[in-house]
Amino acid sequence: MGLSFLSTPPPGWEEGFLFDVYRGLIRGNGWVSLLEGLGITMQIALGAVVIGVALGFALSLMRISKSKILKGVAAVYLSVIRGTPVVLQLFIWWFVVFAATGTTRLWVAIIAFGINSAAYVCEIFRGGIMSVDKGQTEAGRSLGLSGIKTMMFVVLPQALKNALPSLGNEFIMLIKETSVVGFIALVDLMRAANLIMSGTFEPVVPLFSAGILYWIVITILTQLLTLLERRLRRSDNR
Amino acid sequence: MIIVENLTKDFNKQTILKGINEQIEDGERLVIIGPSGSGKSTFLRCLNLLEKPTGGKIFVDDVDITAKGVDINAVRLKMGMVFQHFNLFPHKTVLGNLTLAPVQTGLMKKPEATEVAMELLKRVGLADKAKSYPVQLSGGQKQRVAIARSLAMRPRMMLFDEPTSALDPEMVGEVLDVMRDLATEGMTMVVVTHEMHFARDVGSRILFMCDGAIAEQGTPDQVFTNPKCERLQQFLTSISF
Repeated sequence: MGLSFLSTPPPGWEEGFLFDVYRGLIRGNGWVSLLEGLGITMQIALGAVVIGVALGFALSLMRISKSKILKGVAAVYLSVIRGTPVVLQLFIWWFVVFAATGTTRLWVAIIAFGINSAAYVCEIFRGGIMSVDKGQTEAGRSLGLSGIKTMMFVVLPQALKNALPSLGNEFIMLIKETSVVGFIALVDLMRAANLIMSGTFEPVVPLFSAGILYWIVITILTQLLTLLERRLRRSDNR
Repeated sequence: MIIVENLTKDFNKQTILKGINEQIEDGERLVIIGPSGSGKSTFLRCLNLLEKPTGGKIFVDDVDITAKGVDINAVRLKMGMVFQHFNLFPHKTVLGNLTLAPVQTGLMKKPEATEVAMELLKRVGLADKAKSYPVQLSGGQKQRVAIARSLAMRPRMMLFDEPTSALDPEMVGEVLDVMRDLATEGMTMVVVTHEMHFARDVGSRILFMCDGAIAEQGTPDQVFTNPKCERLQQFLTSISF
């Protein structure tokens, strides 16, 4: 697929900005590599958010548990993950941990970002759980519900609702943060733009194209989040 | 029956309860009064272990609930509790608030729980609100739902922790009416309240607490008409009712 049959610029596109667009996006199918890059970006972000939410949820329960060991493990996790740059973590996963395992770059990136995101998601969940009034737990327990059932049926539904906007925000952050995966030679949107740029020695068209694509995806997501938030708030004053 | 032996409670090195001995018989309507900070609520909350006692023992039907390994959830099934701030579950409908615990504790199946819940809502005059959410209710309605929620577990005893203190004055009556109703049916009740008329009318026994101890107790007549302890006399003159 592509428009590579346009092996010469269309009439009127032989010079100036239009020529830059032609050689950046059309000749050599630059636009296809940008979209494929966006696909990789979204795959990493989506995969990482699934891992991040699952692991982050488990970590938040560990953090608020009574067990000193679980608390300690979660605290060390948070401290290490939040105390080092995500690119460094990505390198360690790719060049050290998974170096000899044959795991694909895509999976390594998903795991690296998922594990990184979990630390932040953990704090989002913890905040959500803490924001639920203590009286809710007391009411549940006084009715004879166990601690676990009170958590499941009383606290968590309210905590999740409180945490949803921040979770959406974390997903948006994640999409942008994945732009460093080019460091392990994964061709995401950023890397695709970079490759076009080094092929044509023309920076404006590929960089702005990538920027617009990031912006479109994130704007759509932001709008969806606003809608979701509004819907949740509506249920507060039914 | 509840027997309390030398119950103490410390919060951050501050002593809230200084060795309380009490016996609450089935069918009693015990009303606890006293100045704020006297330990009334703490005492009440110790009875179903929402507060963990620092020392002493509490026996509920001969089971020492302060002992290690006791099934506190089983004990709590016998005791309903009503809170000052209602603590309804905001994400559940009124009906959902009433059926959650009976179903999840395995006490009833869903259809039976719904039936019981509707009956109770009718009793507190809120059957038409079954599908509403707590935010749509007034304070008085919320507290009536909260009472119905506790009753849905078919408790043998009800604990009330200042059930009308957070209400607008015009809503106090409707909640007290529901409580009077319960008293008439012979429910064992322990009530912490500032409603002295209610205490006098409904209480079968009054406890006056002061500085973490029971300073005086007796029938409503003894306590309100012939207070002996000086602190109680002061307390009664300081509040207007």
